[in-house]
Amino acid sequence: MTATGSGDSPGLTSTAPLLSVEDVHVAFRTDGAPVLAVRGISYELNPGEVLAIVGESGSGKTVGSRAIMGLLPPTATITGSARLDQTQLIGLRGEAMRQVRGDRIAMIFQEPSTALDPVRTVGWQVCEALLVHRKMTRAQARARAIELLDLVGIPDPAQRVDSYPHQLSGGQKQRAMIAMAISCDPEVIIADEPTTALDVTVQAQILDLLHDLKDRLGTAIILITHNMGVVADMADRVAVMYRGELVESGPVRDIFERPQHPYTKHLLAAVPYLGRPRPASMDTPAEHVGADIVMSVHDLCVDFPGRLGAEAVHAVKDVDVEVRAHEILALVGESGSGKTTLGRCAVGLQPVTSGAVRVLGTDIVTAKGKALREARRKMGFVFQDPAASLNPRMTVGDCIAEPMLIHGMGTKQSRLERAKELLDAVELPIDYVERYPHELSGGQRQRVSLARALVTGPEFVVADEPTSALDVSVQARVLEVFVRLQHSMGFGCLFVTHDLAVVDLLADRIAVMHRGEIVELGSREQVLRHPRQEYTAELIAAVPLPDAAEQAKRRTIRRAAHLKA
Amino acid sequence: MAKGGTSRGWALAKYLSLRLVLIIPTVLILVTVVFFFMRVIGDPITAAQGGRLPPEEIEARKQAAGFNDPILVQYGRFLANMLRGDFGRTLTDNQAVSDILLTKGPATVELVFWALIVAFAVGIPLGRLAARKYNKGADIAIRSFAVLFYAAPVFFVALLLKLVFSIWLGWLPISGRASAGNQTLLETGVQTNTHIYILNAIQYGDGAVLVDVLQHAILPALALGLLTAGVFIRLTRINLLQTLRADYVTAARARGVAEGKVVSKHAFRNALIPVVTVMGMQIAMMLGGAILTETTFEWQGLGYWLSQYLLKRDFVAVQGITTAIAVVVAVASFLIDAINALVDPRVRY
Amino acid sequence: MSASTLDPTDLGPGPRSRKKLRVPGLALIQSTHGLQRGMLLTGIVIVALFLLVALFAPLIAPYEFNQIFTAQLPMSGDHPLGTTVGGFDVWSRIVFGARTAVEVIVLAVALSIVVGVPLGVVSGYVSGLLDRVLVLVMDALYAFPSLLLAIVVSIMVSQGRSGAMTGILAAAVSITVVFVPQYFRVTRNATLAAKVEPYVDAARVAGARPGRIMFGHILPNVSQSIPVLMTLNASESILTLAGLGFLGFGIEPNSAAEWGYDLNKARSDIANGIWWTAVFPGLAIVLIVVGVTLIGESLNDVLNPLLRTRGGTTTADEDEVAQAVAAKTELVAEGTLPAEVEANTSVVPVAEPWMTPPVEEDSSGADEGHDGGQGQTGDSLSSWSDGSVGRESLGDNHLADPNDPRCGKGSV
Repeated sequence: MTATGSGDSPGLTSTAPLLSVEDVHVAFRTDGAPVLAVRGISYELNPGEVLAIVGESGSGKTVGSRAIMGLLPPTATITGSARLDQTQLIGLRGEAMRQVRGDRIAMIFQEPSTALDPVRTVGWQVCEALLVHRKMTRAQARARAIELLDLVGIPDPAQRVDSYPHQLSGGQKQRAMIAMAISCDPEVIIADEPTTALDVTVQAQILDLLHDLKDRLGTAIILITHNMGVVADMADRVAVMYRGELVESGPVRDIFERPQHPYTKHLLAAVPYLGRPRPASMDTPAEHVGADIVMSVHDLCVDFPGRLGAEAVHAVKDVDVEVRAHEILALVGESGSGKTTLGRCAVGLQPVTSGAVRVLGTDIVTAKGKALREARRKMGFVFQDPAASLNPRMTVGDCIAEPMLIHGMGTKQSRLERAKELLDAVELPIDYVERYPHELSGGQRQRVSLARALVTGPEFVVADEPTSALDVSVQARVLEVFVRLQHSMGFGCLFVTHDLAVVDLLADRIAVMHRGEIVELGSREQVLRHPRQEYTAELIAAVPLPDAAEQAKRRTIRRAAHLKA
Repeated sequence: MAKGGTSRGWALAKYLSLRLVLIIPTVLILVTVVFFFMRVIGDPITAAQGGRLPPEEIEARKQAAGFNDPILVQYGRFLANMLRGDFGRTLTDNQAVSDILLTKGPATVELVFWALIVAFAVGIPLGRLAARKYNKGADIAIRSFAVLFYAAPVFFVALLLKLVFSIWLGWLPISGRASAGNQTLLETGVQTNTHIYILNAIQYGDGAVLVDVLQHAILPALALGLLTAGVFIRLTRINLLQTLRADYVTAARARGVAEGKVVSKHAFRNALIPVVTVMGMQIAMMLGGAILTETTFEWQGLGYWLSQYLLKRDFVAVQGITTAIAVVVAVASFLIDAINALVDPRVRY
Repeated sequence: MSASTLDPTDLGPGPRSRKKLRVPGLALIQSTHGLQRGMLLTGIVIVALFLLVALFAPLIAPYEFNQIFTAQLPMSGDHPLGTTVGGFDVWSRIVFGARTAVEVIVLAVALSIVVGVPLGVVSGYVSGLLDRVLVLVMDALYAFPSLLLAIVVSIMVSQGRSGAMTGILAAAVSITVVFVPQYFRVTRNATLAAKVEPYVDAARVAGARPGRIMFGHILPNVSQSIPVLMTLNASESILTLAGLGFLGFGIEPNSAAEWGYDLNKARSDIANGIWWTAVFPGLAIVLIVVGVTLIGESLNDVLNPLLRTRGGTTTADEDEVAQAVAAKTELVAEGTLPAEVEANTSVVPVAEPWMTPPVEEDSSGADEGHDGGQGQTGDSLSSWSDGSVGRESLGDNHLADPNDPRCGKGSV
């Protein structure tokens, strides 16, 4: 079943493989030296099977599968073999390749909002997929398109068929993409991170839909993802890619339970697991529980004015919340829930419509000038995107020391010393003070960002999705550093995130936001293990766990519930 | 965002009416800038006639024309007159500026029209070709062509065209909008004088006259059109290059759409939207180019007369013509924005 | 146009790693390849040539620019390019014309940067009423045919007649008025993009004052778009200067040599078949504008991340994952994982859009995007003007290159 890797192959079916990929290499010509993005991958895909290709950014997982469909830019050189039944796909060009695409192999893209042509209606695009491969009239194609949109669960398909992509929600757009992919009953669907751009509850729906379609239509799916939970949920077999090579492959349970390759082991160890007991080192030491309040928000409202007299958007509605010293309060929610807005209000980055935000006794909504700057000295903010949050024109040392300079703390020499001290604290070599942010990796940059937030010794820190831009294996280390420093420095932290598994790993208390309101607030144990609100329970249930056995159980339960209803 | 047809229609109507209202400050700003800049130097009569007339005579004329009033009074009067369509009378030959606008304006419109045809016919296909042959021979050649026509001043291109096609080859007329005899025919021999010679020639119904008019238009249209074509090439090329890398283009390929259709139905259409949006800019730019082209070819439109009045230091005429062009520019950019809002479903209101 | 999308290693001027060689021009040339490098080098050679000619004009030109000979002499040993209808030596006029052109370019570009850039940064950062008024005024001026604007200003500055220095100053000032709106638009747009960048937020959280944020953080990052605009304006200022001269609003022939004026005087020569008086000054204009444009085009290519295929060196991210793996499993010792990535053919995430790491988008939902409202919740008026400022770029789509006013406005 697999040509490389561990080689164990129980084999789900005895039929000939539908797609067999052998020793595919992809190299890109660049302005500099050629880049080998894929180095000799081999795998097979059986009819009706879901093969997950797992890897982190730069592992070559996307490039490898695009190579099969000939969708790489002309700078790519592809060698090797990929046979779909009897058809050799590598080297196939022009009309021959066109007939394979969409008809025999279809593709679902990561970002539905950019993969749909913005100036064509959804129906037009579904019809296009039909008309290029099937002999039918426009009217027939339109009728079929409506059927397909209905099949993928878009409400009011007869109306929606004439909608432009920007009029649909993210989940609906991805459903439309799926409708296009299944329009010609392809033998293989390549789904490239199909749920990464979506919220967790929408992700669960889309995964259900894919599952359902696979069962009904018998299509084989290549699922490209970095999310081990999605793998556990969907895959029959897994292939792990690392640095352009396929390092391990096998049935999904084997990979999760008995990973062979060190990289797979590391990856699985690094994935945070919602619901699994965490090491005691992550808990706030008992003597600090119930410390002083460092930040409190009262009756906070933030409205964004609508355009051209449209109704104002209430991003945050009547929120009350407080953060104590030494604790991590996690603020979780989906996109549009207002969690980021609230986090920005807490450090005075976002003007508020009404309400009060007090940080260490200062109301930063009304404070001005010296009082506000003094309050700011005592707070820090860690941003989501480490690449964007460091000024590309300043050295790492200058970046870290800047808050001290602004507050007139220390001398040039002492600031440099302090910057080095913090670099050491975040486990970076101290000679990095001389470097520029672009010379660092994502995880290193995020640690620099952390060092900067902590340089003035803040008592309150807001961390806005600090690890969501990072790969899983890097995320784990950044989180470790963060919690260690939080314990030793004792600052109170508002940790904004969408990732419940990360929350489970480090939070003391959790606030769940939904449509601008805090719907549930309580201890980690209570919120995650015994949610009181239906929304929280839904949110928790939607998170796919990186555990194939558990996900299979869950799916059976969900299906049974579905059938009953 | 818009939910359905009606709310989108409302949003569009609101956007367009707001955009329409914004023409007023735009025009006002331009008119004000022109008025005050040109009055800083003193009164137009001294500028035009200084040294040629005795001081008492100039003083009397200034008094009569109201140039001795406080500047703000003059400004108010200027605005009030403008609203009535009165742009004053030229100092040097005592014509109503509004008459000049009505009789010479059409010639400029005609020239810009021909030039736009050249620009579209040359610029868009070449830009498209260059993008599809990115970094290949055709792309390099087309880019060089665009750079060259960008670099060459329009009047220099005009002079070269005249030198080659009129003097050396003798194929085309050297200047003017029609041969001397035909010109009188076209101005007086038709029922309704549109001042647009091609329309007049069609009305007149003589094939030879029509050919004569067309022959006169070729070189000016080429000079002005190729300049604009250079901009169109750049725009089309860069936008098509970017849309060709868009996800939805890959997605269309992935569902088996033929490459030619991927380009024409997805990439090209999206790439043209920004080209349309800069059309307003292009028209303003072409009016600037038209001044030079008309002067070189003695094409008697607004630009030609503007340069004549400039040489005579007749600043009332200059001010009037400039103001008129300001209005045209503001209206044109509104029209382009409106077209764009109608064409592109995503335009945010 | 967000500053972070550009790879700061390649942006010629500006701070670079202290360990590396700090010669901005050289770094720029090194960052180009093939066709781009050819274009850049050709451009640099042409411009350098013109600078030399301008500098040593009195040594190169055989005569003074206003020395009068017999009119309309054909090309000969005495007058390599003949003489004009006014009896000037064509070659000498061209040589001294380079000097005038360089003086005007330097003055015009410097003036417009000094006025336009700070205005754009302040307007974009402060926003509010000041911004709205400035945008309206600048947009109006920008929409106006630039030559016409230059004429109006030159009438004001020169009062209708020009002396030696006043002529050059008048030309420079009129061109400046044309360019200020362009610098304003570009820097304002870049500022609008930069001010919602996390590194600016980071400075705000740290308590930095607006002045420090604007000129310490935003300006250095915004200034990346300035070099391309400079080359653009340099070439446009030559064309505008020549246009003014051609219409008789340039510099008097006795105070300085100016190519546009010479072309104007050569108009009648063409009808008589005397071509050298027109062709050579015209070619001089074309040549210098081509030179400057080539530099601009290649700069633009280098700075436009969409048109580049990057690669060649390993990224730090790759190493980090490797280290993380190695730290856990001590594999390097066993040799299963490469401790060092091979020098040349390393596995690197290619800079293609689909390769970017998955990022949770808190503002993605157009349908449910509350958080997405930040930073772009302008009211009706500014929403229009934002749209019009991004007229050539469609703002949110980045379809056209927003840094590139050539897309919007050409020369005369």
